[in-house]
Amino acid sequence: MTETDHNDGAITRAEVCCIAVAEAFRGDGERLCNPIGIIPMIGGRLARESFEPDLVMTDGFGGFAANPLPPGADPAGAVLEAWNPYPQMFSVLWNGRRHVMMGATQVDRFGNQNIACIGDWHQPRSQLLGFRGAPGNTINHTTSYWVPNHNPKVLVEAVDVVCGVGYDRAAALGATASRFHEIRRVVTNLAVLDFETPDNRMRIRSVHPGVTIDEVVAATGFDLVVPDDVAESRVPTGEELRLIREVIDPRGLRYAEVPKA
Amino acid sequence: MAIPDKRTTEAEVVAELRDGMTIGLGGWGSRRKPMSLVREILRSDLRDLTIVAYGGPDVGLLCRAGKVRRVISGFVSLDSIPLEPHYRAARQNATIEATELDEGMLLLGLQAAAWRVPFLPTRAGMGSDLLALQPEFRMVRSPYPSHGAAADAEPEELVAVPAIHLDVALIHMNRADRGGNGQFLNQDLFMDDLMAMAAERTFMSCERIIPTEEFPTHGPFHTQRISRLMTAGVIERPGAAHFTECPPDYVRDEAFQKEYAATAKSDEAWDAFRAKYLDVSEDDYQRLVGVAR
Repeated sequence: MTETDHNDGAITRAEVCCIAVAEAFRGDGERLCNPIGIIPMIGGRLARESFEPDLVMTDGFGGFAANPLPPGADPAGAVLEAWNPYPQMFSVLWNGRRHVMMGATQVDRFGNQNIACIGDWHQPRSQLLGFRGAPGNTINHTTSYWVPNHNPKVLVEAVDVVCGVGYDRAAALGATASRFHEIRRVVTNLAVLDFETPDNRMRIRSVHPGVTIDEVVAATGFDLVVPDDVAESRVPTGEELRLIREVIDPRGLRYAEVPKA
Repeated sequence: MAIPDKRTTEAEVVAELRDGMTIGLGGWGSRRKPMSLVREILRSDLRDLTIVAYGGPDVGLLCRAGKVRRVISGFVSLDSIPLEPHYRAARQNATIEATELDEGMLLLGLQAAAWRVPFLPTRAGMGSDLLALQPEFRMVRSPYPSHGAAADAEPEELVAVPAIHLDVALIHMNRADRGGNGQFLNQDLFMDDLMAMAAERTFMSCERIIPTEEFPTHGPFHTQRISRLMTAGVIERPGAAHFTECPPDYVRDEAFQKEYAATAKSDEAWDAFRAKYLDVSEDDYQRLVGVAR
């Protein structure tokens, strides 16, 4: 497939997802925007190139890159504005000036997330990533999640192992221990979900164009809060589309996560 | 110029190790790992080791070869292959004990040992299942009020990450001198300095031993992050980190890593890999994989 094939024609679901990710970082100002995954990285770069210009982003390695390095690009093309090796990254995240968007093998209605394993942790049926940074991230700074394949096996009634801490667990810790906890958004290939409800249960914030509320509900393994008026996720502006297609992801890697219909 | 001569070999270092020791392995995932020392352990009859690492193929190989009783890790991954297949198998078959930490908690455990304090406090872990599933972690209540908390709030409880003391740390640097000063030339030291200070003894392999006065011709002063205060021995072994990456000297051998990962598919595949690459001397290994220069 040529670059032109990726970058002509109607707005795609993957591009709507890029916008939904970018919107998750709106208002963050001068913070480390640290999206993990292809569409998260495109969305973060897009936010910085448009409405959130002060965001700081990594080059995917040990530095902060000032330029919109495309996903998969040679890191030698990075304009490095600061050195941020792993030991320093933990200082940044404990300091709190960071918003990470992680993946989730499982996530529940309060935003508890699992990436460690499936089954009993003591002898898992399927060993996955382990806890990695999820416990420290979620209790120290803003976290969002990216789910490229919204289905009832990912959005589950109860996760097998709580790695990233959700709102019910955070509330149980008390106000002091949970004062830096925020799960901002869960962006999926079908919808944008958030926790802006009285008891921080997950609700539908918007559904992507071409997706019905019923489809989102059916693809979710627990009861979502469905407001009376559910908006449609916004589509990219002409300039945003140009940034995605020509500057940030000319190779069309976004379609590896959310294929064209 | 007075500088000790700490040059040694993989065989001499591994002869110093004992069954049941706690051994820290430097690097991160499949990056700048002390693989020639790991291969020497694989050739030995050592067993029941406790391995502490931001794990990669070092951990997978040692698990597969039956050298390990317990793994204490921040994760175990091959980077370009996210899940380490032999560590996965060891977990799923429960052939090892696992302590799985938040990545930052492992840093703090090593830092505590390096500073000779029994623990360091953190918020990381609170509210997650990490603590519930691994009851060896205790909480500690702050003796001080918390900055930014409500004026009448009780002093907060934090996770007390216990010091992770190592009997031996094994690390790999790009350059070193014969006195055991080390220089990293990639972007990231990882936690190698903490490992070195958390250990009773640290042995360091390197791509090249150079005269001390030549360090500045390889990298700026601040890349000389491993002091001989921390090291008991230094091994010159070009290609020691193969097949993990060791920039700027070499990139990861992705083809070899794929070949390695595929050995988790069957005992026959592992036996063939072992016979070809592991039951041979390090010199022969380096000739086989073509990294040695």
